[in-house]
Amino acid sequence: MTDSRLPLLKERSALKGRSARAWAGFAAAAVALFALAPLALSDFRLGLLAKYLCTAMVAVGICLAWGRGGLLTLGQGVFFGLGGYAMAMHLKIADAGPGNLPDFMQLYGTATELPWWWQPFANPVFALAATVLLPMLVAALLGSFIFRRRVKGAYFAILSQALTAAFAIWLIGQQATTGGTNGLTDIQGFFGYDLNDPINQRMVYFIIAAALLLLIALARQLIHSRYGELLVAVRDSEERVRFLGYDPANVKLVAYVVAAGMAGLAGALFVPAVGIISPAMIGIVPSIEFVIGAAVGGRASLAGAVLGAIGVAWAKTALSEEFPAAWTYFQGLLFIVALAFLPGGLASLVGMVQRRRASHASEEPSPALPVGEAA
Amino acid sequence: MSELSGLRIRQLRVSFDGFKAVDGVDLDVRPGDLRFLIGPNGAGKTTLVDAVTGLVKAEGSVLFGDEELLGRSVHKIARSGIGRTFQTATVFEELTVLQNLDIAAGAGRGMLTMLRRRKGVPESVARALETVGLAELADSPAGTLAHGQKQWLEIGMLLVQDVRLLLLDEPVAGMSHDERQATGELLERISEERTVVVIEHDMDFMRSFARSVSVLHAGRVLSEGTVAEVQADPKVQEVYLGHAAAGDVLDTAAPAAVQEA
Repeated sequence: MTDSRLPLLKERSALKGRSARAWAGFAAAAVALFALAPLALSDFRLGLLAKYLCTAMVAVGICLAWGRGGLLTLGQGVFFGLGGYAMAMHLKIADAGPGNLPDFMQLYGTATELPWWWQPFANPVFALAATVLLPMLVAALLGSFIFRRRVKGAYFAILSQALTAAFAIWLIGQQATTGGTNGLTDIQGFFGYDLNDPINQRMVYFIIAAALLLLIALARQLIHSRYGELLVAVRDSEERVRFLGYDPANVKLVAYVVAAGMAGLAGALFVPAVGIISPAMIGIVPSIEFVIGAAVGGRASLAGAVLGAIGVAWAKTALSEEFPAAWTYFQGLLFIVALAFLPGGLASLVGMVQRRRASHASEEPSPALPVGEAA
Repeated sequence: MSELSGLRIRQLRVSFDGFKAVDGVDLDVRPGDLRFLIGPNGAGKTTLVDAVTGLVKAEGSVLFGDEELLGRSVHKIARSGIGRTFQTATVFEELTVLQNLDIAAGAGRGMLTMLRRRKGVPESVARALETVGLAELADSPAGTLAHGQKQWLEIGMLLVQDVRLLLLDEPVAGMSHDERQATGELLERISEERTVVVIEHDMDFMRSFARSVSVLHAGRVLSEGTVAEVQADPKVQEVYLGHAAAGDVLDTAAPAAVQEA
């Protein structure tokens, strides 16, 4: 019994170091987001950053589901879209004012009143709750079907892509009630605040930044909880976990549903930041883009996934301003290079350097690379 | 620990596309036994364990204590107190020894415990670390353990899982002589409180530690009894050498069967 205390003490001190570093990182991120960025960036650039931060919120969920759970979530666009449309529907109804139909319905539709499935979204509380709960509900239904049928790996990824495509196509087909290809555009107000006012745009930015930090904290708690350890175990050896008496389907389902909720919230906040949500923003290509950011930064590392998502989104703007045609090719290349040569993303480089230093300092054997299996 | 339970298998059949891997096995393992399952490659030993643990579909009956296991899902069978290891040690390589054991101990944990961080070492985990001799390595990633240590970790995981029946598939394959000895003694200690079934090809190991032996051949139980009884059985000698030969066959039979598909 005396010996067993030893590992506990060692682990405690390791934990303390880890959590001190995490607090420092968290504080640095808060300072950068709430002080530096608003001071240094123009309104226009700050608006772009708000958009990137929404991508980063999706990446937090991808880090959990893919990085930790091994679920290659190539269909986060569905959940991002559900959250975005739920928010946009409410804002369009509010913009139109009581008794009036949203502008595009008057233009394309023949209806004289709101479709039944729009009506609940007139209620702000319902709409806000729906931005997160609706994606989670859909994910829970899809997930329980998918994971119980033991669909995994590439099949899971393909299925996710197919669902994304189906959702986008459905939206396009419903011109009169969803705005079709155009989506829900020209959103003016955000719960009574005029979105054309730069001050309110800044406020939206701050809300997004706070939400991102909140999601990071939530994901960190999950990753370091017992559940987080179990999730990694399921990723690495699902069969083995089953023989320990767990149902891996439930373990994966939790990560999938949480990631969906995060994507939903990201989509909801994306709408006031950008003023539009359309099928082009939630289809196959954007769904892949969400994953690329996390892959490049490091899918198993929260900081890696978040910075990777922001970095790739920024690079997209910067490069497509300069070379509009080349971006897509560059993006594809980036994805392939990251997956083939650096499966742990840029975050794993940091880890490698740290370990090299540690093994120089002491002769202890270096632990295994924290690199997840592909898909 | 709950009371000991035995295993009672009746007319167990498993077939893959018409091939009968297990063809009507009757097998009784009494509570607290340390039973060895031996037999040539393809005799159906691993398939038998797969059937008991729910990994493959089977017909017949498998009673553990009074519970019928056939037809239940893998994780439910595990929860009723049956644990197994695999021919190749499967531990969670990226988690530490401690985390591996903690996960094995936790199948019954509630939602709130799961969502909180692990604080300290649960007592059952600390005890298992001692029992399998890995206390020093508790914080090492399981992927860095030597082969034998991984096997011990797996056995430790079954202990914290508090299984009442351990099904071990070639636990000493690839171990050094000393490691085999240590593993054998570990199994003897464990079988004081639990029922243990070991699939093994190593005849020396079997002779040293088996309390009882079942010989499987072509999906059936060929012979059963103590080590001496089984060794004296002419049917067993025939199977192991291809023809009835004089002498103590099993003394030299081991090389014929090193690994099984």
